[in-house]
Amino acid sequence: MAGENNGASTFQFKMPEIKFTKLFINGRFVDAVSGRTFETRDPRTGDVIASIAEGDKEDVDLAVRAAREAFDHGEWPRMSGSERGRIMTRFADLVEKHTDMLALLDSLDAGKLAAATKMFDIAATAGSLRYFAGAADKIHGETLKMQGQFHGYTLREPIGVAGIIIPWNMPCTMFGTKVAPALAAGCTVVVKPAEQTPLSALYLADLAKQAGIPDGVMNVVPGFGSTAGAAIASHMNVDTVSFTGSTEVGRLIMEASARSNLKPVFLELGGKSPLVIFDDADIDMAVELAINANLFNKGEICVSATRVYVQEGIYDQFEKKLTESLKSWVVGDPFDPRVNQGPQIDKTQYERVLNYIEHGKREGATVLTGGKPCGQKGYCIEPTIFTNVMDDMTIAKEEIFGPVMCLMKFKTVEEAIERANDTVYGLSAGVVTKDMDVANRVLRSVRAGMVWVNCYMVVCSDCPFGGRKMSGFGKDEGMHALDKFLVVKSVVTPLRGSPWM
Amino acid sequence: MATYQCNGNSSAGDLVVPEIKFTKLFINGEFVDAVSGKTFETRDPRTGDVLAHIAEADKADVDLAVNAAREAFDHGAWPRMSGYERGRILNKLADLVEQRTEEMAALDGADGGKLLLLGKAMDIPFAVQMLRYYAGAADKIHGESLRLSGKYQGYTLKEPIGVVGVIIPWNFPSLMFFLKVSPALAAGCTVVVKPAEQTPLSALYYAHLAKLAGIPDGVINVLPGFGPTAGAAITAHMDVDSVAFTGSGEVGRLVMEAAAKSNLKTVSLELGGKSPLIIFDDADVDMAVNLSRLAIFYNKGEVCVAGSRVYVQEGIYDEFVKKAVEAARSVKVGDPFDASTNMGPQVDKEQFEKVLSYIEHGKSEGATLLTGGKRAGDRGYYIEPTIFADVKDDMKIAQDEIFGPVMSLMKFKTVEEAIERANCSRYGLAAGVVTRSLDVANRVSRSVRAGTVWVNCYYAFDPDAPFGGYKMSGFGRDMGVGAIDKYLQVKSVVTALPDSPWY
Repeated sequence: MAGENNGASTFQFKMPEIKFTKLFINGRFVDAVSGRTFETRDPRTGDVIASIAEGDKEDVDLAVRAAREAFDHGEWPRMSGSERGRIMTRFADLVEKHTDMLALLDSLDAGKLAAATKMFDIAATAGSLRYFAGAADKIHGETLKMQGQFHGYTLREPIGVAGIIIPWNMPCTMFGTKVAPALAAGCTVVVKPAEQTPLSALYLADLAKQAGIPDGVMNVVPGFGSTAGAAIASHMNVDTVSFTGSTEVGRLIMEASARSNLKPVFLELGGKSPLVIFDDADIDMAVELAINANLFNKGEICVSATRVYVQEGIYDQFEKKLTESLKSWVVGDPFDPRVNQGPQIDKTQYERVLNYIEHGKREGATVLTGGKPCGQKGYCIEPTIFTNVMDDMTIAKEEIFGPVMCLMKFKTVEEAIERANDTVYGLSAGVVTKDMDVANRVLRSVRAGMVWVNCYMVVCSDCPFGGRKMSGFGKDEGMHALDKFLVVKSVVTPLRGSPWM
Repeated sequence: MATYQCNGNSSAGDLVVPEIKFTKLFINGEFVDAVSGKTFETRDPRTGDVLAHIAEADKADVDLAVNAAREAFDHGAWPRMSGYERGRILNKLADLVEQRTEEMAALDGADGGKLLLLGKAMDIPFAVQMLRYYAGAADKIHGESLRLSGKYQGYTLKEPIGVVGVIIPWNFPSLMFFLKVSPALAAGCTVVVKPAEQTPLSALYYAHLAKLAGIPDGVINVLPGFGPTAGAAITAHMDVDSVAFTGSGEVGRLVMEAAAKSNLKTVSLELGGKSPLIIFDDADVDMAVNLSRLAIFYNKGEVCVAGSRVYVQEGIYDEFVKKAVEAARSVKVGDPFDASTNMGPQVDKEQFEKVLSYIEHGKSEGATLLTGGKRAGDRGYYIEPTIFADVKDDMKIAQDEIFGPVMSLMKFKTVEEAIERANCSRYGLAAGVVTRSLDVANRVSRSVRAGTVWVNCYYAFDPDAPFGGYKMSGFGRDMGVGAIDKYLQVKSVVTALPDSPWY
């Protein structure tokens, strides 16, 4: 059972002034055309943090127009890649300089552990900006080997205005990972941050302007999916949409594109990733991986390894050590450095996770530990482990997006592979073994976009990140990420008198 | 108006009709009837007569085909062979197709109204070339090792995506078949192909040749049928991993929607176009006229990249118009099996009527008809090569894809104007630029929003040059090594690396 938790009280710290609460369009902070605002809340208590301007279709139209003008006639795509890179590096510097504030905003808005947010989230944001700043002048097409007497080459051109719709679990990181390659490619962007977490995106917009990113190149329109998000996805003048979020909304975005201007879309959706642990694994290491893979960021991570398969030879030991490790796990105020896990992001998610937990109990799975909320205020939930889970149970099939692990036993590697693949999702997977052959076999057989071997959730700028099957398509991070924002043009000219072909 | 030599009137006795050997669905290595037993007719556009009755695939047949393709991928030999071995078998298939060049060109000629001579000289050889290109690429599909920032080893694997649905159009039946199937097979995928209902014949023959070449059962499945039934079943299928589509924009939308509503399968779409051909004052006028004639009358204008908007700079406009009209009038319209014919019939009654209706539209919109403008002969679906001048950019004939032998001719002053007007289209498939000036060529080729720019040439396709659209001409690329990416998934593999002399 989880240890001392103070889910109720709020840790002592100074509430920051929320400087930016309006839409950022064409270089200025403006009210919504409708004048409406919406509230963003603190998941430790449910209290309102701030009122934010609520973007809707008219505001999206203004933002897209600004982005279109900035692309079609502005300086951003006309600068060299290296100049864009310099400005983006300055932006990264400013992000680093404002690490504390950005981490604070995300922790406050999303219930994220303050220390971890500084160390990972904000560092990753600056990291993405720097990586793609360095890539901006290295975007290559190719010269071709034509079969006739022709000179042919490809140009990789910026696609134009990119719509970017990001989720609430890692607000700054998501902003960085999508916006950086788009800017490096020479595109202009209209960003809709999640309605649960608009604060850091607006702060970043201001930093972008300070860094020298020209007006209209980056626009940020907070608002709701069914209004602002839908307006972006179906806009006739947006050239592409990059989305991270739920599978249901991913569908709507692809449909909206089909019905509007057939803009290419890239979707990074949900997952129900398997972590497969073999008999020869280092059990302590495996337990630690399993805990992080499920409880990091209160389980609000698309790549959470929520199905943990442990080979029968070490199962009992594993279960015992797992339970032991969680005895000292602290759930509470994410600003308290002693706390390991903060609250779920809002009431909706909180209730959803609790529903799944009840479902698991009704389906006949065994609660090894946890299984209920903790604290009287806010949205804290105990880290929960189910055992005796059947693969066809709802809790084993659907993405819960909370601190809930399904622990299962397996016999053979064939069985593990089959069960790991028995899901509509295909985002990531983990394998823990010392055996090279087992590792190679499993990593090739698992239908997932990322496989971690003897590690988990290792994400970094040069490593392509993205899923397959119903976890979506398209990659973030790595040079592949640029492809989402570029279009290939072939240019062909006749050759006369070439000494080679 | 000049009269055209057109032997659309010739009696049935003069027509060469090829033998049609394969008329059933090809599923899991066998030719079978449709589950429903239904058949449909494929017609000869030279006469409108029925060529053959073909088994008509519907959802039940698609399910069988997808099951076969799924089994062949999940458990079969094809993805488990090395790329080299797949390449060898694909080369064998290329040999078998090449040996039957004349027969295949005749099938497409009778099914699609395509010139036999060009079928033999271009369509089939190009299809074979593409197949060989991807056969050679199969063992060169590389991922990368990465530079991770922690103590980790990382690399990407480019894995075959699985079962691929291929839905192809009727304008280049053989070329389209191999354009999509070759890279998919090279990648190690298995395919379910729905050829256009207007032109199912050559695809079925290729299925037979594929088996002869040694492609295992279930790897290639061919299901002739209709879009709203067989095509829709493929795009909505929960067990198809990707769909590659070439066809109209309206259907492209339906394909993408169906993918979104089913299993979020990846899609690639190669759609319509209204490609501009921009001719500057310093162009060689004769060369420019020849290019413009090729760009619109080749394959009776039934080409997605047809250069249907011709912008001519004012300095050479009058000379160009005069020569272009002569060139159009010299196009011989007639039986595509006649070696002296330059242009055959439109593919079917529907297309024929659509093009004629656009021509009427052009007349009523106030464009000036310079030549052509009506049907040719009184049998089959032949249309006279047609040129409209004084076309305004917002006229229907300048905005919509006509997909027939109808050129819209426009005059321009400056390069800025040409660029702006060239881009004033929802499409972005291709463009042509004719000029001797290096600066003009570079400027225009970078400014026109199109997936292919031809400078002082047109229709210069190549297996190594990526082909595809911008804007509403679609996304995804065919040809080139990049085309294989549509049939691959990138997997990142990251392993803990506690002890390395470098990172």
